[in-house]
Amino acid sequence: MGTSFGRGGATTFQQDLQNSDCIVIMGSNMAENHPVGFQWVMEARERGAKFIHVDPRFTRTSAVADLHVPLRPGTDIAFLGGIINYILENDRAFKEYVVNYTNAPVILKDDFEDTEDLNGFFSGWHEDKNGYTFETWQYKGMDLHGAAGQREGESSLAKMEAFRQREDALKHGEPPNMDKTLQHPRCVYQVLKRHYARYTPETVARICGVKPEQLLEVAQAMCDNSGRDRTSAFAYSVAWTQHTFGVQMIRSAAIIQLLLGNIGRPGGGIMALRGHASIQGSTDIPTLFNILPGYIPMPHAKAHHSLKHFIESEGAKTGYWGNLDKYTVSLLKAWYGEHATDENDYCFDLLPRISGDHSTYRSMMGMIDGKVKGFFCCGENPAVGSANAGLQRRALASLEWLVVRDFCEIESAAFWYDSPEIESGALKTEEIPTEVFWMPAAAHTEKDGSFTNTQRLLQWHHKAMDPPGDARSELWFYYHLGKKIKALVDERGDEPHADAIKFLTWDYPEKGAIREPDAHMVLREINGWDENGDALPAYTKLKADGSTACGCWIYCGAYKGEENQTARRKSRMEQSWVAPEWGWSWPDNRRIIYNRASADPDGKPWSQRKAYVWFDEVKGQWTGYDTPDFEKTKKPSYTPETGAQREDAIAGWHPFIMQDDGLGWLFVPNGIVDGPLPTYYEPHESPVKNLLYEQQSNPARQKFPRPFNEYNPSPSSEHGGQFPFVLYTYRLTEHHTAGGMSRTVPHLSELQPEMFCEVSPELAKLRGLEHGKWATIYTVRAVIEARVMITNRVQPIRLNGKTVHSVGMPYHWGRRGIVTGDSANDLLHIALDPNVHIQETKGLTCDILPGRRPRGKAMLEFMEEVRAKAHLEKA
Amino acid sequence: MEHERPVWPVMRQLTDGDPLALGSAAQSETTRKWRGRIADAKVTKSVCPFCAVGCGQLLYVKDEQLIQIEGDPDSPISRGHLCPKGAATRTMVQSPMREYKVKYRRPYGTKWEELSLDQAMDMIAERVLKTRRETWESKDEEGIDINRCYGIASLGGATLDNEENYVMKKLYTALGIVQVENQARI
Ligand code: SF4
Repeated sequence: MGTSFGRGGATTFQQDLQNSDCIVIMGSNMAENHPVGFQWVMEARERGAKFIHVDPRFTRTSAVADLHVPLRPGTDIAFLGGIINYILENDRAFKEYVVNYTNAPVILKDDFEDTEDLNGFFSGWHEDKNGYTFETWQYKGMDLHGAAGQREGESSLAKMEAFRQREDALKHGEPPNMDKTLQHPRCVYQVLKRHYARYTPETVARICGVKPEQLLEVAQAMCDNSGRDRTSAFAYSVAWTQHTFGVQMIRSAAIIQLLLGNIGRPGGGIMALRGHASIQGSTDIPTLFNILPGYIPMPHAKAHHSLKHFIESEGAKTGYWGNLDKYTVSLLKAWYGEHATDENDYCFDLLPRISGDHSTYRSMMGMIDGKVKGFFCCGENPAVGSANAGLQRRALASLEWLVVRDFCEIESAAFWYDSPEIESGALKTEEIPTEVFWMPAAAHTEKDGSFTNTQRLLQWHHKAMDPPGDARSELWFYYHLGKKIKALVDERGDEPHADAIKFLTWDYPEKGAIREPDAHMVLREINGWDENGDALPAYTKLKADGSTACGCWIYCGAYKGEENQTARRKSRMEQSWVAPEWGWSWPDNRRIIYNRASADPDGKPWSQRKAYVWFDEVKGQWTGYDTPDFEKTKKPSYTPETGAQREDAIAGWHPFIMQDDGLGWLFVPNGIVDGPLPTYYEPHESPVKNLLYEQQSNPARQKFPRPFNEYNPSPSSEHGGQFPFVLYTYRLTEHHTAGGMSRTVPHLSELQPEMFCEVSPELAKLRGLEHGKWATIYTVRAVIEARVMITNRVQPIRLNGKTVHSVGMPYHWGRRGIVTGDSANDLLHIALDPNVHIQETKGLTCDILPGRRPRGKAMLEFMEEVRAKAHLEKA
Repeated sequence: MEHERPVWPVMRQLTDGDPLALGSAAQSETTRKWRGRIADAKVTKSVCPFCAVGCGQLLYVKDEQLIQIEGDPDSPISRGHLCPKGAATRTMVQSPMREYKVKYRRPYGTKWEELSLDQAMDMIAERVLKTRRETWESKDEEGIDINRCYGIASLGGATLDNEENYVMKKLYTALGIVQVENQARI
């Protein structure tokens, strides 16, 4: 999302789905996984909207849809490509929107070559480095930069890229070479048209295992319900992100929504449905390696030698990322207070540098390799919840020390005496060196704080009672740990790079007998203050001269007027449907972002039916139902001077203010490491060959062939037939991820007591599986067992005359809890999206047999046989 | 007063203006005095801790005990609803499997041992500094300053508060720990 539009968050809010005329849910089972949010889809349907569900499995979401299209798992890019092709071939794009608000008219550099020309590769591929450089993907006469922290990927290749001298040359707010008739053969619109020409209904049908008519029905419905008077919305969740090409799936939806003019408008947009209470928040204020709060990139060893260097290579000159200096200096002031001065680069050199991928899967392998010795695990359960859980447990068993913070003793705390490896004898308790601290955590009812939900909305939860016993909040744990560490560092005086710890501001007021740090004051620091110490009202007030401090610029305004805005709870009955006084959403309490696009280039609503934000000529300002996502008094006709910088360079008719050209990017010239346009590749483990290109899978995907993470043989190889079925995992309404918060709950355990797998009657017959009895499922990584559920909800898919069966299973179970069972994640491998390093869980290969799995030593022998058949070395 | 009202329910239905017997006609003096379990409990506004829909919750506390969690009808997102997980939040907080004491397993140990919270905190602080010292990287292979601690990693955040993620990221970064990750990646 970030690369297409400029910000990495849902473009709209759940309640706005009710205004949609057509909703396509894809890669998500919203009715079961986001049940209460789903009421807004039903609301739209009541109002006459068409509701389509595209998903391999028939679920409760499909049950209430007007149309359910079951497609082969992992083929969504082909399906979406088919929709794009339909729009372009039949001239169904919303032309006025596309010409003015997107980069469709922009003419590309002469040396750009497409996957059509290079058989599955774009220009700029470096075989030796296994990656792309972006110089050929640029606009003619202008180099694009992309929204700073929104650029995906932090490989050294990409970083060197940022280093290159750039030609920033907006002319009066517009890229220098454009063809607004969209006819020029090298303009983005025509490039797109050629790129997608292969995605005909027939080809897509063959890849996805759907009927051409089904694709056409979806494409037509979206086109018929888009335009001045109508809008269509997309909703997706992890079934789109968990692939070796996940970012490109979301990009495909972004292209459709831009072509149809559905971004920034009521009833339109892309609703990213996130799985955890604050998963959006933990990206905004990231517990992620590659970014600092507010999507500021983490400084990189090769590219960022000084603050100036960092700002120049990471910030754009134009658009709101042109203010990266203000955001960064204010963050450093929040962290290093009076120690951060102009003379010492505001302590920029106290920050550590990254030098590539340091994501969690790397860390776990680092543990096995002896490089990572200590590990904190807070409210997560990698021994069940992470892909290739067996490798995760081996990683834990290789540590020097481990801190696990949770409500109960989860599998990640018990791995040293209770795990499949201990059961089989592959690992022995007495031989595991890990020192384990299990620390009881406080529940949300026992602490103050804010969650950021799936629509960028911050909501405060108030403490109702003190945490019992030794249970403490993470806030308490990290604050007091920091205090102890600071004291030790002061006392000893010889720790490396000690100033980074000594200078850190670390003085939140403490409350009550347990001396809980005041969460309100932490939020106030996140919000930031001005030179007088007063809470800042908005990020537009930040300065680069060290006079403002702000812990996360996109959250600036959450403590506006010295009031915790996130705790606002004005009843929905007392305000408009947009409910701007319920909580606070970033940025600047905007509920639909890029909402300037809800008005036409002249600032008038596209239609009365879809009016949302518009320019009031009399008052000379933007107004409407939401906070305008635009400078309040910038006229629609505002034409920037050539050479203008920051937001001043954004024309009055360009709604995507975070991008350096203010445009929605159909084509992404900078920021995605595996291609400027989505291209269909087969999943890493796939039962069939890629029909579109010789290139089988995403060439830039991350592979980790190593002991305990071997891959099933590919379909074309000699032993390709060994794993004939597609495997995918999913969630149930009654359980939560790895089960730490649900398999420990009596009610929920009773509702979903046992691990199971879903298979079609045909597959059951083929393999002799019986309903309610046991099945054994295996890959080269692991073998597990599950109860069999035979159901028509999973359908075999016919591909090129071949029948492909699939096995679906929930991944919530583990060995601890009130209800226990084998973990589906044991079967999974680690192969990642090269941009965001998210693993592929939605389309692997496996085999299934009737009966229970072997136990103890027999399990090891079974696996040896499997591996021998696949011609892999002994484990 | 009971004796002033007709004794037969059917008569009460007619005289009380409650012909369907859904209200006062169906009540006796005893049931009229009944109060909901949550009637005089303290109400705290909260948010469901499970998925990212962000449903509003009302926490009811009486005598220092959490006695009930219900959907918040004021919420514009959830309009008072909770799904099975949200509705089971109280049992999650009070799960029979929840534990309240620190547990410690020494290297190569075969059982859990007890440890006071304060002692655990001291030990963890020492471990952090020790590993930081041992795995400190001040320069990379080209001699460029990197100033980081490669020997410590962290996973967690998506179920935590923004304020918690903030202090985590702040402290880790100051310690030079770069391998900071959460469920958003998983
Ligand atoms: S009640 Fe259900 S739908 Fe609502 S936030 Fe909680 S888990 Fe999500």
